[in-house]
Amino acid sequence: MTDLTAGLWGLLLEGVWVTVQLTVFSAALGAFVAFVVGVARTHRLWIVRFLSGLYMEIFRGTSALVLMFWIFFVLPMAFGWQLVPMWAAVLALGLSYGAYGSEIVRGALAAVAPAQQEAGIALSFSPWQRLTKILLPQAWPEMIPPANNLLIELLKGTALVSVLGVGDITFGAALVRNALGESAPVYTIILVMYFILAFLLTRVMRAVERKAKAGIGQAPEKGVGVLRKLNIRQQTETSGDFSSAGGA
Amino acid sequence: MTWDWSAVGDFMPRFWDGVLVTLQALVLGSLIAFALGLIWAMAQRSPLKVVRWPVVAVTEFIRNTPLLVQLFFLFYVLPEWGVTLSALTTGVVGLGLHYSTYTAEVYRAGIDGVPVGQWEACTALSLPRSRTWGAVILPQAIRRVVPALGNYVIAMLKDSPMIAVIGALEMLGQARQFTASTFQPTEPITVVGIAFILIAYPASLLMRALERRLVR
Repeated sequence: MTDLTAGLWGLLLEGVWVTVQLTVFSAALGAFVAFVVGVARTHRLWIVRFLSGLYMEIFRGTSALVLMFWIFFVLPMAFGWQLVPMWAAVLALGLSYGAYGSEIVRGALAAVAPAQQEAGIALSFSPWQRLTKILLPQAWPEMIPPANNLLIELLKGTALVSVLGVGDITFGAALVRNALGESAPVYTIILVMYFILAFLLTRVMRAVERKAKAGIGQAPEKGVGVLRKLNIRQQTETSGDFSSAGGA
Repeated sequence: MTWDWSAVGDFMPRFWDGVLVTLQALVLGSLIAFALGLIWAMAQRSPLKVVRWPVVAVTEFIRNTPLLVQLFFLFYVLPEWGVTLSALTTGVVGLGLHYSTYTAEVYRAGIDGVPVGQWEACTALSLPRSRTWGAVILPQAIRRVVPALGNYVIAMLKDSPMIAVIGALEMLGQARQFTASTFQPTEPITVVGIAFILIAYPASLLMRALERRLVR
C-alpha cells in the first residue's frame, strides 16, 4: 500500500458506495421478479405457468454480461430507449438474478406440506389468501439460506457493470491502477473489500433467518464455530443446485 | 427496430471463431475446476489443521469475490511478478480456479454422502489411504455428483464472456469487435445471447436427465 493517497482511497470508497447501491436496488428488483415469477409457476392456468417458465429459462439461460451488453447497446439502437447506465445495470442484474430467485421461491412453496394447502381450501380461503396467509409465511424461512447464496452471487455480479463504465469498486480500481502504475496492491485491496461486503451480507441474512424462523416457532441453529463463521455460504441440502447461478 | 440479416451473415464467420474459443475455455476451465476442486475437497478433510484451515480460508475467499476482479488480478498482477500468460490462458486459469471452489463444495457433499460403513469397512480391511479413496470412496461419491458438476459447467459457460474483458476473443469479444468496426450492435449481441440459450438450455435438460439416472 506504498503510495495509495487519500484521493485514491476516496475513489475506491465511492466505488464501494455505488456497489452497495447496485446490490440493494438489484436485489429489490430481483426479489420482486422472483416472487412474481415463482408464484406464477404454481398458477393453475397452464399458460401462466408456461410463460413464467419461459421467462425463467430465457433469463437463466443467457449470460448476465451478454444481457447487460444487450440492454446497454441494443436497446438504444433498436428501440430508442436509452437508460442511465446505473439503472440499465440494475435492470440487467435484477432481471437475471430474479430468474434464479424464482426457482428458490417455487422450491420453497412446493416444500410446504400439501395438507396446509388443503386445509386452506377446506376453510374456503381464496387462492390469494392461501398464498399470503398460509403458504408464504411458512415458505419464507426456507428461502433465506439459498437467497443468501444468490445475494452473494449478485454482489459478485455487480462487478460486471464496471465494463460498461458504471463507477463501482472494480471501476475505481482500474482508475487507481492507472494512477499508481502497479496492480498488485489495489486489486488485493478490492478483493478484500468484496469479501468483507459478502461477509456483512451473510451476517444480515443470518439475523433475518433467525427472526423468520422464530416467527414460525423454529429454533435457530446452534454451535457456530470459527470455521463455520468463515463459511460464508450456507450449506443447503441441494448444494450446487440453487447456487449454480454463476453469472458472476 | 431494424434487423439487418446481412449483418448477421457478415458476423457469422467471426461468431464461429468465437464459439471455438468459448468451447476451448469451457473444456480446459472445467478440467482445471474438476481436478483442483477434488484436491480442495480432500484437503478440507485432512486431519491436519495446518492443511485444512488455509484451504478453507483460500477457497472461501476465492468463492466470495468476483471472478471479474480475479481475472484482472491474474491478468495485471502476474506479469508484475514475472509470469506472462496469454489472455485466453489467463481466462482459463481464472475460470478453472474460481469454479474449483464451487466443485470442491460439490465433491464435499458427495463424499459426505458416502455411508460411514464404507469408511469403517476400509479400516477393517486395513486398506491403505490411497486405496480407500481411489477404490472405495471416490467412485461412489463422484457418481452422485456428476449432474451437479455439470450444472457448474453450464454456469461457467455463462461466465465465460468475462474473459472477453481481458481480451480473449470468445463469442462476446467477437461481437464487440464486430460492433466496433461496423457500428451495428443489434445483430451480433442478439445472436450471441441466443447462442447462449441454445447451448445452455439443452445442456441443462441433459443434466436433469443425468440426475434422474445417476442419483437415486
